[in-house]
Amino acid sequence: MGLVTSPAPLEIERTESAEEVFAVPEPDVPWVTIVHNDPVNLMSYVTYVFQTYFGYSKDKATKLMLDVHHKGRAVVSSGTREEMERDVQAMHGYGLWATLQQDRK
Amino acid sequence: MPGTFEPLPGGGAAVALDDVEISIIRSLAVQLLELIGPGPAEDAPDDPLAELFSEGPSEPPADPVLRRLFPDAYGDPEGTPGPQRAEEERAHSAEFRRYTENDLRAGKRDNALAVIRSLDALAPEGEGGAVLKLSPEEAQRWLGALNDLRLAIGSRLDISDEDDTDLLYRLPDDDPRKPMVMAYLWLGGLQETLISTLLP
Repeated sequence: MGLVTSPAPLEIERTESAEEVFAVPEPDVPWVTIVHNDPVNLMSYVTYVFQTYFGYSKDKATKLMLDVHHKGRAVVSSGTREEMERDVQAMHGYGLWATLQQDRK
Repeated sequence: MPGTFEPLPGGGAAVALDDVEISIIRSLAVQLLELIGPGPAEDAPDDPLAELFSEGPSEPPADPVLRRLFPDAYGDPEGTPGPQRAEEERAHSAEFRRYTENDLRAGKRDNALAVIRSLDALAPEGEGGAVLKLSPEEAQRWLGALNDLRLAIGSRLDISDEDDTDLLYRLPDDDPRKPMVMAYLWLGGLQETLISTLLP
Protein backbone atom coordinates (compact mmCIF):
# COMPACT_ATOMS: atom_id res chain seq x y z
CA MET A 1 0.00 0.00 0.00
CA GLY A 2 2.98 2.26 0.46
CA LEU A 3 3.15 2.90 -3.27
CA VAL A 4 -0.29 4.38 -3.42
CA THR A 5 -0.26 8.13 -2.99
CA SER A 6 -3.15 9.51 -1.08
CA PRO A 7 -5.71 11.26 -3.30
CA ALA A 8 -7.56 12.67 -0.32
CA PRO A 9 -5.75 15.57 1.35
CA LEU A 10 -8.91 16.23 3.40
CA GLU A 11 -8.34 13.01 5.27
CA ILE A 12 -4.88 14.19 6.29
CA GLU A 13 -6.18 17.43 7.70
CA ARG A 14 -8.75 15.70 9.86
CA THR A 15 -6.74 15.67 13.03
CA GLU A 16 -7.99 14.04 16.19
CA SER A 17 -9.14 17.25 17.84
CA ALA A 18 -10.94 18.58 14.75
CA GLU A 19 -12.85 15.33 14.55
CA GLU A 20 -13.91 15.59 18.14
CA VAL A 21 -15.13 19.15 17.84
CA PHE A 22 -17.07 18.50 14.67
CA ALA A 23 -18.36 15.05 15.57
CA VAL A 24 -21.67 15.64 13.81
CA PRO A 25 -23.68 12.41 13.74
CA GLU A 26 -24.25 11.01 10.28
CA PRO A 27 -27.76 12.00 9.26
CA ASP A 28 -28.61 8.66 7.64
CA VAL A 29 -27.89 6.65 10.77
CA PRO A 30 -31.26 5.98 12.40
CA TRP A 31 -32.07 6.84 15.97
CA VAL A 32 -33.61 4.36 18.36
CA THR A 33 -35.80 4.52 21.45
CA ILE A 34 -34.58 2.25 24.23
CA VAL A 35 -36.73 1.20 27.18
CA HIS A 36 -34.79 0.25 30.32
CA ASN A 37 -35.74 -2.26 32.96
CA ASP A 38 -37.01 -1.10 36.31
CA PRO A 39 -38.40 -3.21 39.14
CA VAL A 40 -41.55 -1.14 39.70
CA ASN A 41 -43.35 -1.19 36.38
CA LEU A 42 -45.56 -4.27 36.04
CA MET A 43 -44.80 -6.63 33.17
CA SER A 44 -48.45 -6.47 32.10
CA TYR A 45 -48.30 -2.66 32.11
CA VAL A 46 -45.16 -2.50 29.96
CA THR A 47 -46.76 -4.91 27.47
CA TYR A 48 -49.95 -2.85 27.53
CA VAL A 49 -48.02 0.37 26.75
CA PHE A 50 -46.17 -1.24 23.83
CA GLN A 51 -49.49 -2.48 22.42
CA THR A 52 -51.45 0.75 22.88
CA TYR A 53 -48.80 3.35 22.02
CA PHE A 54 -46.90 1.58 19.24
CA GLY A 55 -49.81 -0.56 18.06
CA TYR A 56 -47.66 -3.70 18.33
CA SER A 57 -49.27 -7.13 18.37
CA LYS A 58 -49.58 -8.84 21.73
CA ASP A 59 -46.80 -11.26 20.71
CA LYS A 60 -44.38 -8.51 19.68
CA ALA A 61 -45.19 -6.37 22.71
CA THR A 62 -44.68 -9.35 25.03
CA LYS A 63 -41.36 -10.24 23.41
CA LEU A 64 -40.07 -6.66 23.79
CA MET A 65 -41.26 -6.56 27.41
CA LEU A 66 -39.41 -9.82 28.14
CA ASP A 67 -36.26 -8.40 26.49
CA VAL A 68 -36.49 -5.36 28.77
CA HIS A 69 -37.03 -7.62 31.77
CA HIS A 70 -34.29 -10.18 31.06
CA LYS A 71 -31.70 -8.19 29.11
CA GLY A 72 -32.27 -4.92 30.95
CA ARG A 73 -33.25 -3.00 27.84
CA ALA A 74 -34.86 -3.25 24.43
CA VAL A 75 -35.00 -1.12 21.30
CA VAL A 76 -38.70 -0.44 20.89
CA SER A 77 -38.73 1.89 17.89
CA SER A 78 -36.43 3.52 15.35
CA GLY A 79 -36.62 6.51 13.04
CA THR A 80 -35.57 10.13 12.89
CA ARG A 81 -34.33 11.93 15.97
CA GLU A 82 -37.55 13.98 16.15
CA GLU A 83 -39.68 10.83 15.98
CA MET A 84 -37.64 9.19 18.72
CA GLU A 85 -37.94 12.26 20.95
CA ARG A 86 -41.72 11.97 20.56
CA ASP A 87 -41.59 8.29 21.50
CA VAL A 88 -39.35 8.93 24.50
CA GLN A 89 -41.64 11.71 25.70
CA ALA A 90 -44.63 9.36 25.35
CA MET A 91 -42.79 6.61 27.28
CA HIS A 92 -42.00 9.08 30.08
CA GLY A 93 -45.68 10.06 30.07
CA TYR A 94 -46.55 6.41 30.70
CA GLY A 95 -43.87 6.21 33.40
CA LEU A 96 -41.52 3.94 31.46
CA TRP A 97 -37.82 4.70 31.66
CA ALA A 98 -36.70 5.45 28.10
CA THR A 99 -33.80 7.12 26.32
CA LEU A 100 -32.94 7.76 22.69
CA GLN A 101 -29.63 7.40 20.94
CA GLN A 102 -28.18 7.04 17.50
CA ASP A 103 -28.02 3.41 16.45
CA ARG A 104 -24.23 2.94 16.58
CA LYS A 105 -23.61 -0.76 16.26
CA MET B 1 -64.24 -8.75 44.80
CA PRO B 2 -62.80 -5.92 46.91
CA GLY B 3 -59.60 -4.36 45.58
CA THR B 4 -60.15 -5.89 42.15
CA PHE B 5 -61.19 -4.01 39.04
CA GLU B 6 -63.82 -5.74 36.93
CA PRO B 7 -64.69 -4.79 33.36
CA LEU B 8 -67.98 -2.97 32.82
CA PRO B 9 -70.25 -3.96 29.96
CA GLY B 10 -69.75 -1.41 27.18
CA GLY B 11 -66.27 -0.36 28.39
CA GLY B 12 -64.75 1.05 31.54
CA ALA B 13 -64.10 -0.68 34.83
CA ALA B 14 -65.48 -0.86 38.36
CA VAL B 15 -64.03 -1.59 41.78
CA ALA B 16 -65.50 -1.76 45.26
CA LEU B 17 -63.54 0.37 47.74
CA ASP B 18 -64.04 0.86 51.45
CA ASP B 19 -63.62 4.21 53.19
CA VAL B 20 -60.06 3.53 54.29
CA GLU B 21 -59.00 2.53 50.79
CA ILE B 22 -60.65 5.61 49.31
CA SER B 23 -58.86 7.89 51.75
CA ILE B 24 -55.49 6.19 51.16
CA ILE B 25 -55.68 6.58 47.38
CA ARG B 26 -56.94 10.14 47.72
CA SER B 27 -54.22 11.13 50.12
CA LEU B 28 -51.49 9.58 47.96
CA ALA B 29 -52.86 11.32 44.86
CA VAL B 30 -52.87 14.66 46.68
CA GLN B 31 -49.26 14.11 47.76
CA LEU B 32 -48.30 13.29 44.19
CA LEU B 33 -50.02 16.48 42.98
CA GLU B 34 -48.12 18.54 45.53
CA LEU B 35 -44.86 16.94 44.51
CA ILE B 36 -45.40 17.52 40.79
CA GLY B 37 -46.28 21.11 41.57
CA PRO B 38 -48.49 23.74 40.01
CA GLY B 39 -48.54 24.26 36.30
CA PRO B 40 -47.12 27.41 34.73
CA ALA B 41 -50.68 28.56 34.01
CA GLU B 42 -51.37 28.77 37.72
CA ASP B 43 -48.52 31.22 38.15
CA ALA B 44 -49.99 33.58 35.58
CA PRO B 45 -53.69 32.81 35.27
CA ASP B 46 -54.48 35.98 33.32
CA ASP B 47 -52.00 35.44 30.57
CA PRO B 48 -52.58 32.36 28.43
CA LEU B 49 -49.61 33.32 26.27
CA ALA B 50 -47.29 33.01 29.24
CA GLU B 51 -48.02 29.31 29.39
CA LEU B 52 -47.62 28.92 25.66
CA PHE B 53 -44.18 30.45 25.66
CA SER B 54 -42.91 29.28 28.98
CA GLU B 55 -40.06 26.86 28.87
CA GLY B 56 -39.57 23.95 31.16
CA PRO B 57 -36.51 23.44 33.37
CA SER B 58 -33.23 22.31 31.90
CA GLU B 59 -31.81 20.64 34.99
CA PRO B 60 -32.98 17.26 36.31
CA PRO B 61 -35.18 17.57 39.43
CA ALA B 62 -33.42 17.26 42.77
CA ASP B 63 -36.09 15.00 44.27
CA PRO B 64 -35.45 11.31 43.46
CA VAL B 65 -39.16 10.65 42.83
CA LEU B 66 -39.34 13.49 40.31
CA ARG B 67 -36.09 12.33 38.74
CA ARG B 68 -37.69 8.94 38.20
CA LEU B 69 -40.89 10.46 36.78
CA PHE B 70 -38.94 12.82 34.50
CA PRO B 71 -35.70 11.02 33.62
CA ASP B 72 -32.98 12.22 31.26
CA ALA B 73 -33.84 11.42 27.64
CA TYR B 74 -30.22 11.09 26.49
CA GLY B 75 -27.42 8.99 27.90
CA ASP B 76 -26.84 5.29 28.42
CA PRO B 77 -27.52 4.46 32.10
CA GLU B 78 -24.94 1.67 31.93
CA GLY B 79 -22.49 3.47 29.70
CA THR B 80 -19.36 5.36 30.66
CA PRO B 81 -19.13 8.08 28.03
CA GLY B 82 -16.04 10.22 27.66
CA PRO B 83 -16.23 13.83 28.90
CA GLN B 84 -17.06 15.10 25.41
CA ARG B 85 -19.91 12.64 24.91
CA ALA B 86 -21.22 13.11 28.46
CA GLU B 87 -21.38 16.87 27.95
CA GLU B 88 -23.21 16.40 24.64
CA GLU B 89 -25.76 14.07 26.26
CA ARG B 90 -26.25 16.46 29.16
CA ALA B 91 -26.92 19.34 26.76
CA HIS B 92 -29.38 17.27 24.71
CA SER B 93 -31.20 16.10 27.84
CA ALA B 94 -31.43 19.69 29.06
CA GLU B 95 -32.95 20.83 25.77
CA PHE B 96 -35.41 17.91 25.75
CA ARG B 97 -36.44 18.83 29.30
CA ARG B 98 -37.08 22.46 28.36
CA TYR B 99 -39.52 21.44 25.67
CA THR B 100 -41.21 18.43 27.26
CA GLU B 101 -41.19 18.57 31.04
CA ASN B 102 -44.02 21.08 31.42
CA ASP B 103 -46.29 18.94 29.22
CA LEU B 104 -45.28 15.78 31.03
CA ARG B 105 -45.97 17.36 34.39
CA ALA B 106 -49.35 18.61 33.16
CA GLY B 107 -50.31 15.12 31.96
CA LYS B 108 -49.41 13.49 35.26
CA ARG B 109 -51.15 16.25 37.18
CA ASP B 110 -54.33 15.75 35.12
CA ASN B 111 -54.27 12.02 35.83
CA ALA B 112 -53.90 12.53 39.58
CA LEU B 113 -56.65 15.19 39.53
CA ALA B 114 -58.96 12.81 37.67
CA VAL B 115 -58.42 10.22 40.41
CA ILE B 116 -59.25 12.73 43.16
CA ARG B 117 -62.35 13.97 41.33
CA SER B 118 -63.75 10.52 40.73
CA LEU B 119 -63.22 9.60 44.39
CA ASP B 120 -64.87 12.83 45.56
CA ALA B 121 -67.87 12.12 43.32
CA LEU B 122 -68.47 8.71 44.93
CA ALA B 123 -71.85 8.25 46.54
CA PRO B 124 -71.58 6.37 49.83
CA GLU B 125 -73.07 2.94 49.59
CA GLY B 126 -73.96 0.52 52.38
CA GLU B 127 -71.49 0.34 55.25
CA GLY B 128 -68.71 2.81 54.64
CA GLY B 129 -67.78 1.92 51.12
CA ALA B 130 -68.66 2.58 47.51
CA VAL B 131 -68.38 1.12 44.05
CA LEU B 132 -66.18 3.25 41.85
CA LYS B 133 -67.24 3.12 38.20
CA LEU B 134 -64.81 4.46 35.60
CA SER B 135 -65.48 5.37 31.98
CA PRO B 136 -62.87 4.11 29.49
CA GLU B 137 -61.26 7.56 29.51
CA GLU B 138 -61.20 7.73 33.31
CA ALA B 139 -59.77 4.19 33.40
CA GLN B 140 -56.80 5.39 31.29
CA ARG B 141 -56.17 8.26 33.69
CA TRP B 142 -56.40 5.95 36.68
CA LEU B 143 -53.98 3.55 35.05
CA GLY B 144 -51.43 6.34 34.56
CA ALA B 145 -51.93 7.71 38.07
CA LEU B 146 -51.68 4.29 39.73
CA ASN B 147 -48.41 3.72 37.87
CA ASP B 148 -47.03 7.12 38.89
CA LEU B 149 -48.02 6.48 42.51
CA ARG B 150 -46.22 3.13 42.47
CA LEU B 151 -43.15 4.73 40.87
CA ALA B 152 -43.19 7.41 43.56
CA ILE B 153 -43.57 4.97 46.45
CA GLY B 154 -41.05 2.57 44.87
CA SER B 155 -38.58 5.43 44.68
CA ARG B 156 -39.21 6.47 48.31
CA LEU B 157 -38.79 2.84 49.40
CA ASP B 158 -35.55 2.77 47.42
CA ILE B 159 -36.60 -0.16 45.24
CA SER B 160 -33.89 -0.30 42.61
CA ASP B 161 -33.83 -3.94 41.61
CA GLU B 162 -35.97 -7.05 41.72
CA ASP B 163 -34.29 -8.31 44.92
CA ASP B 164 -35.54 -5.20 46.73
CA THR B 165 -39.11 -6.10 45.77
CA ASP B 166 -38.66 -9.62 47.14
CA LEU B 167 -37.35 -8.19 50.42
CA LEU B 168 -40.47 -6.06 50.81
CA TYR B 169 -42.61 -9.17 51.16
CA ARG B 170 -40.51 -10.30 54.11
CA LEU B 171 -40.43 -7.05 56.11
CA PRO B 172 -41.19 -7.57 59.80
CA ASP B 173 -44.48 -6.06 60.98
CA ASP B 174 -42.77 -3.42 63.12
CA ASP B 175 -40.69 -2.06 60.24
CA PRO B 176 -41.54 1.63 59.74
CA ARG B 177 -41.76 1.03 55.99
CA LYS B 178 -44.45 -1.62 56.41
CA PRO B 179 -47.54 0.60 55.83
CA MET B 180 -45.99 2.10 52.69
CA VAL B 181 -45.08 -1.37 51.46
CA MET B 182 -48.63 -2.61 52.01
CA ALA B 183 -49.96 0.36 50.03
CA TYR B 184 -47.41 -0.29 47.27
CA LEU B 185 -48.38 -3.94 46.90
CA TRP B 186 -52.10 -3.19 47.12
CA LEU B 187 -51.84 -0.49 44.41
CA GLY B 188 -49.98 -3.04 42.27
CA GLY B 189 -52.95 -5.40 42.56
CA LEU B 190 -55.35 -2.61 41.63
CA GLN B 191 -53.24 -1.66 38.63
CA GLU B 192 -52.83 -5.26 37.51
CA THR B 193 -56.58 -5.91 37.52
CA LEU B 194 -57.30 -2.56 35.85
CA ILE B 195 -54.95 -3.51 33.00
CA SER B 196 -56.72 -6.85 32.57
CA THR B 197 -60.02 -5.00 32.05
CA LEU B 198 -58.43 -2.84 29.33
CA LEU B 199 -56.75 -5.56 27.32
CA PRO B 200 -59.01 -7.45 24.94
